[in-house]
Amino acid sequence: MQTLARNSSSDSRRSITAARWALILAAMGVVIIMLVLPLVVIFAGALSEGWVAYRSAIVDPETWEAIKLTLLTAGIAVPLNTLFGIAAAWLVTKFEFPGRSLIVTVIDLPFSISPVVAGLMLVLIFGAQGWLGSWLEAHDLRVIFALPGIVLATVFITFPFVARELIPLMQSQGTDEEQAARLLGARGWQTFWRVTLPNIKWGLLYGVILCNARAVGEFGAVYVVSGNVSGQITLPLRVERVYYASAVSIVPALAVASLMALVAVITLFVKAVVEWKFKRELRESGVAESGANVG
Amino acid sequence: MSLATQRRVLPGFGLSLGFTLFYVSVIVLIPLGALFAKSAEMSWSDFWAIINSRQVMAAYRLTLGASFIAAFINVFLGLLIAWVLVRYAFPMKRFVDALIDLPFALPTAVAGIALTTLYSERGWIGRWLTARGYATKERWEQSLTIQSFTYPWPDWQGFGESWWPIGVAWYKKIALAPLGVVIALMFVGLPFVVRTLQPVLQDLSREVEEASASLGATRRQTFSRVILPQLYPALLAGFALAFARGLGEYGSVIFISGNLPATQIAPQLIIEKLEEYDYAGATAVASVLLVISFILLLIINLIQRQSVARAG
Repeated sequence: MQTLARNSSSDSRRSITAARWALILAAMGVVIIMLVLPLVVIFAGALSEGWVAYRSAIVDPETWEAIKLTLLTAGIAVPLNTLFGIAAAWLVTKFEFPGRSLIVTVIDLPFSISPVVAGLMLVLIFGAQGWLGSWLEAHDLRVIFALPGIVLATVFITFPFVARELIPLMQSQGTDEEQAARLLGARGWQTFWRVTLPNIKWGLLYGVILCNARAVGEFGAVYVVSGNVSGQITLPLRVERVYYASAVSIVPALAVASLMALVAVITLFVKAVVEWKFKRELRESGVAESGANVG
Repeated sequence: MSLATQRRVLPGFGLSLGFTLFYVSVIVLIPLGALFAKSAEMSWSDFWAIINSRQVMAAYRLTLGASFIAAFINVFLGLLIAWVLVRYAFPMKRFVDALIDLPFALPTAVAGIALTTLYSERGWIGRWLTARGYATKERWEQSLTIQSFTYPWPDWQGFGESWWPIGVAWYKKIALAPLGVVIALMFVGLPFVVRTLQPVLQDLSREVEEASASLGATRRQTFSRVILPQLYPALLAGFALAFARGLGEYGSVIFISGNLPATQIAPQLIIEKLEEYDYAGATAVASVLLVISFILLLIINLIQRQSVARAG
């Protein structure tokens, strides 16, 4: 009878604990080799020739230009996609209409499109040989190899993040509270600001954080549309350029990369805090289970 | 509540529908249309001539093969990690749980040079591998640049000769070149598997396991006959997500694989063709990749719908 073995025999319990610890150690080994080491090697490598070398690798006008462009790009793409995410989530969760599930599917599309292919699509529209190429040239406008192309590529890649976080969350919350607010005389926007927004704030923040992390770090799509024009490269492209520019040492590339790794670490930290707050609020409000989508 | 009343009670239907449709069209649908329009311009034989070249086929094989292998390995590693995170309490658990998302948060180019640094001859892992006689990045690049090096598939003429995407002969010749791609894709794919499995593991009912144990099943039997079957949809979905991500991945792969003909992945080939202003070629390569991704997306949706239907 193995039934009671788990509870009665201390021998068996010890073997369970041993197996448990073996599994934990194995999992930790995988996490260390696959995740911790790549993260640590960036900082260790960047600082391997001392603080002065690290500083001089970072303090560089071109790197500074890249940082500014990256912030500008994310500063445009993230608010746009946040606005879209809220509108789309409102649309598909508060109303029933034909074609609703089609919209949900289309929102997910960018996740399954290679960033390089996304960049290619923009080149096919705005590039010299593209649909709008000659028109743009006649009006002396540049999209590809310029800021608009970089922003469009980033918007495309980070398009689903906010909507994807909000849709399951708002679905689980239903429309009861909004309907009550309306019946009590709240106006449309009042309902949104006072009822919906407080309910979705953590999910929204979570989506914005993910969207921002991806917007700041996008490489493939931006690589295609920026065409390596100097002064029009984002920080990830700058990392690539520094990497290939210095054949002798990898320190400069890792130093620039460490800036982005720092952003990634901060992102993970903020994300963990938001998750924790969200779960705590759920527990307090007694809405069990419903928000399990986050995390 | 009927459709009409609901619309009347909650405002913003017209506004959110208009904005969503406009945004989706401009950002996603029109670019997608541009790609398909461009590939429709080509005749079928032109299209096939581009796709059925040795270089393109080799890139597809490497992309598909490496993504498949990486996703397959990730299923096991991801199951292990998700299991430990859900079932056991141990020190630093929250830290580890947060760290799982690192591949989502870390820019792919940064991941790429980090992995290259680790696995190169002087890197922490590369040094260890070299000391044990394994080839590392430098070694495989050398072996690829020697004059006498023959192309992995010298007589490549179509899909007939071998179904397995990575040729065995090639594998022996440059042991780690495709492995470099696999390592990078394992990194980017891992969180997909873990994050798909975690909620499912959390929701598994312990009663069924206890019932299985009380009916005399060993722990291994309980795991393989009771727990695992409940995890199959999530494992498959995690695999498909990681696989789909691997197909399109660019930034993390190019640094570790190098830009050599034999280690070129499909997105790399698209960029190469674009840089030669071969728009038709780039479009052809991209549309096949896109169709494969869409098929995968469809499969993922079917799996998820099925498991939702089963649960509900």
